[in-house]
Amino acid sequence: MAVCVAVIAKENYPLYIRSVPTENELKFHYTVHTSLDVVDEKISAMGKALVDQRELYLGLLYPTEDYKVYGYVTNSKVKFVMVVDSSNTALRDNEIRSMFRKLHNSYTDIMCNPFYNPGDRIHSRAFDNMVNSMMMQVC
Amino acid sequence: MEGLTLSEAEQRYYCDLFAYCDTESTKKVASNGRVLELFRAAQLPNDVVMQIMELCGATRLGYFGRSQFYIALKLVAVAQSGLPLRVESLNTVKDLPLPRFVVSKNEQESRHTALYSSDADNPASYSGVIPPPPGRIQVKKGSVSHDAVQQRTSTDQQESTSPVVSPQQSPPTSPHTWRKHSRHPSGGNNERPLAGPGPFWAPFSEAQPGSSTSSDPIWSGHSPPPHQENWVSFADTPPTSALLAMHPASVQDQTTVRTVASATTTNEIRRQSSSYDDPWKITDEQRQYYVNQFKTIQPDLNGFIPGSAAKEFFTKSKLPILELSHIWELSDFDKDGALTLDEFCAAFHLVVARKNGYDLPEKLPESLMPKLIDLEDSTEVGEQTGEVGYSSSPAEAPPSKSPSMPSLNQTWPELNQSSEQWETFSERSSSSQTLTQFDSNIAPADPDTAIVHPVPIRMTPSKIHMQEMELKRTGSDHTNPTSPLLVKPPDLPEENKMSSSVKYTPGNTVTDGYSSSDSYTSDPEQIGSSVTRQRSHSGTSPDNTAPPPPPPRPHPSHSRSSSLDMNRSFSVTPGQQQAGVVAYPPAVPPRPQPSQGAGPHVHRPVDAEGLIAHTSTSPQQIPEQPNFADFSQFEVFAASAVNKEEEDEIETHSEVLQVEKPSDSASSLRVAKADGRVEEKSSANVPSSAGKGTTPLAPPPKPIRRRLKSEDELRPEAEEHTQKTGVIAAVLASQPSIPRSVGKDKKAIQASIRRNKETNTVLARLNSELQQQLKDVLEERISLEVQLEQLRPFSHL
Repeated sequence: MAVCVAVIAKENYPLYIRSVPTENELKFHYTVHTSLDVVDEKISAMGKALVDQRELYLGLLYPTEDYKVYGYVTNSKVKFVMVVDSSNTALRDNEIRSMFRKLHNSYTDIMCNPFYNPGDRIHSRAFDNMVNSMMMQVC
Repeated sequence: MEGLTLSEAEQRYYCDLFAYCDTESTKKVASNGRVLELFRAAQLPNDVVMQIMELCGATRLGYFGRSQFYIALKLVAVAQSGLPLRVESLNTVKDLPLPRFVVSKNEQESRHTALYSSDADNPASYSGVIPPPPGRIQVKKGSVSHDAVQQRTSTDQQESTSPVVSPQQSPPTSPHTWRKHSRHPSGGNNERPLAGPGPFWAPFSEAQPGSSTSSDPIWSGHSPPPHQENWVSFADTPPTSALLAMHPASVQDQTTVRTVASATTTNEIRRQSSSYDDPWKITDEQRQYYVNQFKTIQPDLNGFIPGSAAKEFFTKSKLPILELSHIWELSDFDKDGALTLDEFCAAFHLVVARKNGYDLPEKLPESLMPKLIDLEDSTEVGEQTGEVGYSSSPAEAPPSKSPSMPSLNQTWPELNQSSEQWETFSERSSSSQTLTQFDSNIAPADPDTAIVHPVPIRMTPSKIHMQEMELKRTGSDHTNPTSPLLVKPPDLPEENKMSSSVKYTPGNTVTDGYSSSDSYTSDPEQIGSSVTRQRSHSGTSPDNTAPPPPPPRPHPSHSRSSSLDMNRSFSVTPGQQQAGVVAYPPAVPPRPQPSQGAGPHVHRPVDAEGLIAHTSTSPQQIPEQPNFADFSQFEVFAASAVNKEEEDEIETHSEVLQVEKPSDSASSLRVAKADGRVEEKSSANVPSSAGKGTTPLAPPPKPIRRRLKSEDELRPEAEEHTQKTGVIAAVLASQPSIPRSVGKDKKAIQASIRRNKETNTVLARLNSELQQQLKDVLEERISLEVQLEQLRPFSHL
């Protein structure tokens, strides 16, 4: 379960960011922001013309003692960043991938909406629901 | 009565009252008891109450739905105001104080009354017919026997046609006026950003911004054009439409009710009211309207509207982009960025609802889900929270949807992924398919052939295997039909490219061997030897390249294997007899049966006579099958004393036999004969080919053959061979003709298993005996050596 999910636009501004614990949200924002550097680094490292599914998933960007940050980039350079709690039973890589896949699909659905202008903040309820399902259940 | 317009205060009040009466918390029906009690509290004469009840439609319906209840309340207010009770009065009367109920509600009422009174400035409140689209509930209720209703109906029809008019077109008079009407009411809509709440089209037709102002007088005046009369009447009952607003959501929203669309929606609502408690249902008129609108954008009803066009269209509704976006999310079922007819109708419907003050559901209501039939009952109540519908029927994609639209909605993404996996799956499966066809290289003569005995391909005797397989293939075919394998061989041998002479026989023998798969395969060694011999067959190059046949393979269930073993055994036996051509001691029992028998025979010094004798037997068998014919040749060869030819033939034969081995055992007898022949051959080979493992195809042929042959061989050989071998032979001989398992693989296999086991035991015994003998001999030797040593006086100093 993710602690924080963020969708970053190509120009590196956030389209959507949501954290579970309402407190320390700023910390997560900061974390996501710093992770962008790592994402860019990984993107440039790939340097391949062809980007396949595997490469979309960047994997663990960097871990801290409290949480781990995973990254995923789409073909249009829209980045998904997910912060998961380290204390959480280590999520398998596949699970992370599936979460990113869901994110990607939801994002695609949003794109299909003609009323959505790419670059706008994401206000879709469906997207929110999907992200909620992925977020940790805060009791 | 449909168009019940309620002021905000009224709405709240009515909602509270309804909640009060909704003892069962159904949110749909107010318990009659409570309602009556309430009415009594209104301190109205009974007949008035009855009239009210009749007017609101409860009498007709038998219960108090929300709309009925609201209407009733309104009528109570009307009555309490001293106005005549008429449906028309519902909406026409303005500033109607809230109904007062003496009972406990009084305070509440008074409060509300005050509230509402203060709200009197809501001119549009009463007048707007804002048939909340989904809320049709009331509509129907309202439909109490009113001419207005009838008129309305007709009006609806009119309206339905008019609404159909594309927004761009100026709607026909009725709708026009209507629009104005509705526009007017919508004026009271605070939140309605719509320029003219008016009829739904209004939002779309940007050309009517200003009509709202005029709507009021018209509205109130009820002096619409003739067309409008119906509308008027319709409008007269705005309260009903207002009832629609009763949906709590609308109350919350407050944007409401007065929405323009009310006009159309009212009609729709009316229609809808037919479906009680289905606020999201699309009435026929509505549907028709939507369809017409759809046509304006996309003439092909089976096609779909691209997102951009839809965006423009719905933007005209003046709804906030956010809400439009949400509506899109709800209605675009398959998330393809385009709207089919059903999706479009759903979206349109949602827009109408929204404009009427209904909150957008979180999920697409079932009734709006794309499907063939619009009229479907949905469980939707006044709640705005959409029914699950959305996710409930992902696969409901109506056929009407354009073919390009997948019928999946949310599940689609997952399916896409899963489809990826499925794709790989299929690939895998397909590959696995190919894998299982390990003997594909062998031309399956018949499907049966391939089926009967899955002869495992052995690595070592490749060629032989091939032959075997082929033989088996063809043989199995024969075997199954109860025809001795011997029959099929003919092809196989040829396929095996065996040396000419051998062709037939080997094939036959082999097939026989296969058919008599019962005798599983004798010994791998034999087979191996035979393999080697067969190898030579291929090029008639008697290269004893065949390594010592592997240990006997216990493949009871595999005729092929058994036959292989048999082949090997056959091949081995003669070779082994040659002392080492095949490493197997004579003990190596010819596998499953006769082949086993052949083994010992093989070990024994093959004597041509034996061969001849055997071959003589073969001829008997020959006539049975073409294979046997080969055997006859075998005999010839055998008769011609062990010679190269024999060897070759034997090789080929053995090969054939081996090939046949894999084939199903058709006739044990045949097999036996074949075995006999093979043994002959092998015996012939043994002597002839000292080092050649070219056993006559003894092994391959069905175990039966072997057996027979072994028997034959045994007989003559018994004399010559050692006791052991004799024992073996006896044992083998004791294995009489294997009962033909005609076409019965199982039986054959089982029989061959038994035979194999028997031969195993026999061979084991033999082995032990031989071991004993060896020991004895060694002892003797040692003793002799000692003696020699002693006797040799100082031989080596």
